[in-house]
Amino acid sequence: MNILWLIAGAMLLIAAVLTTIRILGGPTTLDRLVALDMAIALTMTGLALWAAISGDSTVLSAIVAIALVNFIGSIAVARFRVRDDQR
Amino acid sequence: MTTAEIISTVLVLTGSLLALTASIGVVRFRDTLSRMHAATKPQTFGLLLVFAGAAVRLWPNVDIGMLILAGLFALITAPVVAQRVGQLAYREQRADSGLTRSHTEVGAPDEDAPDKDDPDKGDPDDGSPA
Repeated sequence: MNILWLIAGAMLLIAAVLTTIRILGGPTTLDRLVALDMAIALTMTGLALWAAISGDSTVLSAIVAIALVNFIGSIAVARFRVRDDQR
Repeated sequence: MTTAEIISTVLVLTGSLLALTASIGVVRFRDTLSRMHAATKPQTFGLLLVFAGAAVRLWPNVDIGMLILAGLFALITAPVVAQRVGQLAYREQRADSGLTRSHTEVGAPDEDAPDKDDPDKGDPDDGSPA
């Protein structure tokens, strides 16, 4: 039973590493924005996974707060972004 | 090892697998539009599946309402961000990729004028939600 939770956590960890690769090496700022949005969504997924493992409902308010800040930040970056010169 | 634990484990594992698939798509795809396409739908669906698994795990608790609220908020706000980023990426990638080519263009698109004969060229704030 614990092995399945460990497998889920390991998949989320691999996904976070791949998303970090795209954040660091994205050609444009839009790629970095998409990857950063997905990294924050992976953070929310990890918090929900921790709530499912431990049965602790403390982190759920943190999930809601992270969702709000994620939306505001993504919209702000998409609106006030400087268009990059190199394609 | 009850039935609720089995259901919760299956939901959480499926959601994590969808998140991993979305990250692989973000790394492997070519254009920004394709990466955004991979990063929006499987990511949101995996997030909802993990939320459902957590809700099944802590069932008679009151804080499931907050989990449902977070899931609804993710469902509402993910298409808005996707539309924003997709509009910007479409305006910038029309010049240098053959995948996103408008049907009104006849020849090769100009390299130095990415917004040529763009139908919605002008102020980027024309009635669009902030």
